[in-house]
Amino acid sequence: MNRMWAIIERDLRRFRRSPVLILMTTLMPLLQLVVLGYAFGGQIKNLRLGVVDEDHGMPAVKLKEMLQAVAANARTFDTVAYSDLGVALRDLRAGSINGVLNIPPEFSRKVLAGAGPRIALIEDNTDQFSSSALGASFQQMLGAYGQQPSGVRVPAQATLSVVEVYPYVPYIQFLLPGTIVLAIFVSAMIGGGIIFIDDKARGLHEGYLVTPISKLELILGFNLSGVAKAVLSGVVLITAGSLIAGIPDPFNAARLFRLLLLVIATALALISMMFLIVVRVNDPLVPRAIFGVLNTTLFFPSGAVYPVNAFPPWMRLISAVDPFTYAVHGFKELLLKNTGLGAVGFDFLFLLGFAVVALGVATLLFRRAL
Amino acid sequence: MDDVEVQQLTKRFGGFCAVDGLNFSVGHGEIFGLLGPNGAGKSTLLRMLTTLVPPTSGTARVNGFDVVRAANDVRKSIGVIPQAMTSDLDLSAEENMGIYARLYSIPRERARRAIAGLLEAVDLAQWADKPLKMFSGGMRRRLEIARGLVHEPKIFFLDEPTTGLDPLSRVAVWKMLSRLKQERDLTIIVTTHYMDEADKLCDRIAIVDHGKLVALDSPLKLKASIPGKNVLEVSFSAVPPQWEGTLRSLPEVAEVKADDHVFRIASHNGPLTTVELVAAARRAGVAIASLSVQSTTLDDVFAYYTGHQLRDALQAPDNARSPFMMMPRQAQRNP
Repeated sequence: MNRMWAIIERDLRRFRRSPVLILMTTLMPLLQLVVLGYAFGGQIKNLRLGVVDEDHGMPAVKLKEMLQAVAANARTFDTVAYSDLGVALRDLRAGSINGVLNIPPEFSRKVLAGAGPRIALIEDNTDQFSSSALGASFQQMLGAYGQQPSGVRVPAQATLSVVEVYPYVPYIQFLLPGTIVLAIFVSAMIGGGIIFIDDKARGLHEGYLVTPISKLELILGFNLSGVAKAVLSGVVLITAGSLIAGIPDPFNAARLFRLLLLVIATALALISMMFLIVVRVNDPLVPRAIFGVLNTTLFFPSGAVYPVNAFPPWMRLISAVDPFTYAVHGFKELLLKNTGLGAVGFDFLFLLGFAVVALGVATLLFRRAL
Repeated sequence: MDDVEVQQLTKRFGGFCAVDGLNFSVGHGEIFGLLGPNGAGKSTLLRMLTTLVPPTSGTARVNGFDVVRAANDVRKSIGVIPQAMTSDLDLSAEENMGIYARLYSIPRERARRAIAGLLEAVDLAQWADKPLKMFSGGMRRRLEIARGLVHEPKIFFLDEPTTGLDPLSRVAVWKMLSRLKQERDLTIIVTTHYMDEADKLCDRIAIVDHGKLVALDSPLKLKASIPGKNVLEVSFSAVPPQWEGTLRSLPEVAEVKADDHVFRIASHNGPLTTVELVAAARRAGVAIASLSVQSTTLDDVFAYYTGHQLRDALQAPDNARSPFMMMPRQAQRNP
């Protein structure tokens, strides 16, 4: 096995002297965490809501006061008063406002008569996130508006109290597990895929093949050096990413140890997968061409950015065999819930099993000749 | 027992025969040159002898070991310098050699001594800790030679070791190889395109063309084997009819080749043919524009055995061919 260490040593020495490569494999996923975390995670604010009051009665005034309260506090929207519904709709289509609230002429009379008063929210549904935020804000507001003082001690309707088991998890924290796996994957792509083929094309492997190194030593050397680099990326992401995302108690030693084990299992699985993909490839163009697609195909079905339950059946199938899924699940459990290893046992089992199968098939396909 | 014994060695890539039933042997301590045009099969032959490519048929034994059945014993016996420079540019000379010492499982202390000695031998000791990206092409090639000897092999294979080097570096590399061969009792098998190098340094030369051995002997005997030991290159201001026939009839002429107004005349006796040529030209009233007399060189030998035509022929598919590149239908049917 001494010869295997020669390959690992060579690879790691080269890695150590490539600051650009180190930055690429650690800084880029961190940047992605910050940009994606804040791009998707924030609450939508300052939407422009046109208000057309065709009623002018007291209930309409009370409603408008509530709108002002939302605009001043939650600031989901700012109101813009319109006297003409036609003008407001024209502005909505022109994109200068995000929605129009219409209070029709009979609104106050119907409120006072208890005759099913209705108001209309006309929204720009090309932007689903903004229209959902407006809709949700109105549902909440109208719920409060509809509550009348009552002398009844026991309310007739059932109410729901929600208890959250864990402290509030902002989106950037939700995204962190996926970003850690992505960093390991990027490292596997570069260290296990691109460099392997580039070295082969440059003739470096020819240098190995004329020495007495065995096939197993070669394969283990290539893979373990890739794993070492991927583990480094994972560890940097866990520490720096936890600080950026605001994970509570980020340097808890027991948790860090469990995370390190999962980083190693993930790196083994992803490097083995990468080696299987490139084992028979000779053209340096191939990894560059497929890795973008591979990244999307593995990262998004894993539940890293959106829950798996929302996927169509075919995508859940990808999710079920995708090592990303189990790695992301494991990191979510350990990072967001601070569970023990028992909760991620199956994730470990899958990742290590995947690594063994991928490496076994790659070994069969590997040719110890040119 | 010879250090290299090759019998009916053949390599086919699909329908293409790169090496076609070669037979030869290389004795201990020889410098054996492999010459041939591009695509002649030299590199494939070298790759089979160094266990990189399995033969289709035939046998090859290196240091007494079969290249297929005892490949690992062959690998332990040989040092190989491939055509491409395969050392790491980011690592220092010492580190590059250290990695290879580990690949051959050489104990640390022995490796340290071997590396220091070899770097001294190739005049790179003062640059031992510098990264290779700071080295010139000649320095890198010398390092590769040192690297190939770190495990003290008996037989040293070099694939075009001086290609791309300036004339001074080429001379330095060959001097080093000659010295190392003496000091370390090496057998060297080398491919090259530089005929002058092969002429001066090789004990024997094999000329390979279309995968076949077309000539094998010492440079001296090879030069003697082709018609004429002198070549007269002569041009005339105007050439009368039947002039080529007149030239052929001159004494001691072995062969005449005409290229426009320039004639290459192979002669067994250069001075005599020259005198008679000048006299014949004067008699015929033909003015000689230029005249030179050369001894036969290995270039002449090479041209004689392999012809003068450019080799624009298809070769075995390259390993690195892109799967994204479509081959024309014709080529797919008939590679």
